[in-house]
Amino acid sequence: MALLEIENLSVEFPTQGGIMRAVDDVSLKLDEGEVLGVVGESGSGKSVTMLALMGLIPFPGRVKAKKLSFNGRDLLSMSDRERRKLTGKDVAMIFQEPTTSLNPCFTIGFQLTETLRLHEGMDRKAARRRAIELLEQVGIPSAESRLSAYPHQLSGGMNQRVMIAMAIACNPKLLIADEPTTALDVTIQAQILDLLMTLQKERNMALVMITHNMGVVAETAQRVMVMYAGQIMEERSATDLFASPQHPYTAALLSALPERSEGGRLATIPGVVPGLYDRPRGCLFSPRCAYATEHSRNVRPDLRDWAGGKVRCHYPLGDPNRDAAMKADHPLGTEAAS
Amino acid sequence: MSAPVVEAKGLKRIYEVKQGLFKEPGRLQAVGGISFSVEAGKTLAVVGESGCGKSTLARMITLIEKPTEGSLTLDGIDAVNQPAGKAKDLRRMVQFVFQNPYGSLNPRKKVGTILEEPLAINTTLSSSERTERARAMMAKVGLRPEHYNRYPHMFSGGQRQRIAIARALMLSPKLVVADEPVSALDVSIQAQVLNLLADLQAEMGLAYLFISHDLAVVRHIAHDVLVMYLGNAVEQGPKDKIYERPLHPYTQALLSSTPGVSGTKRTRIVLKGELPSPLNPPKGCVFSTRCPYVTERCKVERPQPRLVDGRYVACHYAENFLENPAA
Repeated sequence: MALLEIENLSVEFPTQGGIMRAVDDVSLKLDEGEVLGVVGESGSGKSVTMLALMGLIPFPGRVKAKKLSFNGRDLLSMSDRERRKLTGKDVAMIFQEPTTSLNPCFTIGFQLTETLRLHEGMDRKAARRRAIELLEQVGIPSAESRLSAYPHQLSGGMNQRVMIAMAIACNPKLLIADEPTTALDVTIQAQILDLLMTLQKERNMALVMITHNMGVVAETAQRVMVMYAGQIMEERSATDLFASPQHPYTAALLSALPERSEGGRLATIPGVVPGLYDRPRGCLFSPRCAYATEHSRNVRPDLRDWAGGKVRCHYPLGDPNRDAAMKADHPLGTEAAS
Repeated sequence: MSAPVVEAKGLKRIYEVKQGLFKEPGRLQAVGGISFSVEAGKTLAVVGESGCGKSTLARMITLIEKPTEGSLTLDGIDAVNQPAGKAKDLRRMVQFVFQNPYGSLNPRKKVGTILEEPLAINTTLSSSERTERARAMMAKVGLRPEHYNRYPHMFSGGQRQRIAIARALMLSPKLVVADEPVSALDVSIQAQVLNLLADLQAEMGLAYLFISHDLAVVRHIAHDVLVMYLGNAVEQGPKDKIYERPLHPYTQALLSSTPGVSGTKRTRIVLKGELPSPLNPPKGCVFSTRCPYVTERCKVERPQPRLVDGRYVACHYAENFLENPAA
């Protein structure tokens, strides 16, 4: 049985201009000890998906799902009280900005022991011992003296280590890392990624790595999910995805990376991510897609099984009958953009 | 070979930091003796982690701050001891594009006003001429004419960065200093802005001083690279040389720790520890506290930059890496 099962999750925010659908029909399964990478541009709904799982969507946001279960327990029917017991203990999350996600008014020792005392019912002394142990595990030198330090006294990398220590304090089965290295320097980023991967292996945790950095995903994840405008566009194993992307969006994203270009101009994706008002009727990527047809402008494709993964496209790139299928559907764009 | 647009020799910037009422102020060397030159139509990329002094360097080049020591010439004019009456000309010659397009545009001004302001201050053009120039520049950077009357909040990050670039180019500068211009943008938008920068350079013969921590971006856009660590240049030279065979251990670590999508998992050099405090820098080589190959000599004697294999390296053992890069 899968550790985490999400079926047809959608998150909506009512706004003055209508209902904004931030996450649209997302389904996902995650096994124990698996590393899943979630990539997408800003506004693609990758963070909101995970916040919905954590129960952290604030009013007036609405979460709907056919199924939302963790470790065999149904999160939808659970009371808030029970759910709070689960999040922070079995499901933990680390956020992007370590310096702002720690409370500046309390020492890191206080913030660490708070988790332990609440979830594990430890007394002050035991919690303190465990906190020192945790800080040592995440590679903070002279851990004992650091307990009385405030977040502003530590560097960004150190604060991220503290965040990680807090997240793993109760031995979670699932760790969600939301852009854990975006705010950090390259050499510190390497340290933090190494630390996360070691902890993941040691404890056989499931890890969800949310990022917009393709490189980070390529080096950590086993399976990758590509999101665009709230929908999953493609999902497959990391090696396959980077070797032969099936969705035109994935392919375009990869070729826009400077390291993939052979000098000269970079391939770009024209236009911008659709907003609330210009959400297309058909495929969400169709206004920017080089291969869009009359058909894909009008009919939204379903996420379907394809080449060992999933893809949401009428004409996946690896389809041998692709050209014929596209021709029949009145192509609109030119192939020049690829 | 054309004359360099900007030439810096031994540029230093030292700040005095108060450490208490009766204590001697500490001397913080933010930039310690950097030399480089950039020709028209070329790009020099400055690479380094936060706190390495790359932004202070940019502030000196854009004349926001005066260097404590060293010389700086812009298009042949001395920028440190500026000749009388030249100050304004000098400032028109260098322009700045900032990292965060959300913070660098005045939210209360329309795009047109933002673009025309440099002209209103620095030139005697009439109002209609200014409008004309602003509109021409908007077309050049890929903004539509109807954007003229809009406010910055109505634009996406990529478009705002286009506005910021347009503003920087209004006075036809020779040198554009871009401080992390694409790091706040998404991958697909980043590619658009990088292409725009390359097009403008080809068209207007601009020299760029491109500050970035993203080595993949630097590899794409730069001609020369300057790697900084704790205020010092550790490696400096043509891009191809440095990317093919980095000779300084810090450059090697930087390159190997950048995650890539090439599929092959390389062995990463993970540096231990963090950047030491610039108030109390190591006595010997600045990198000695984190270097995996550190020796006794490194701890006492600071290596000076010297020419090895077509680029400058500040490491005692650069030749060793040339012979066996894995060592």
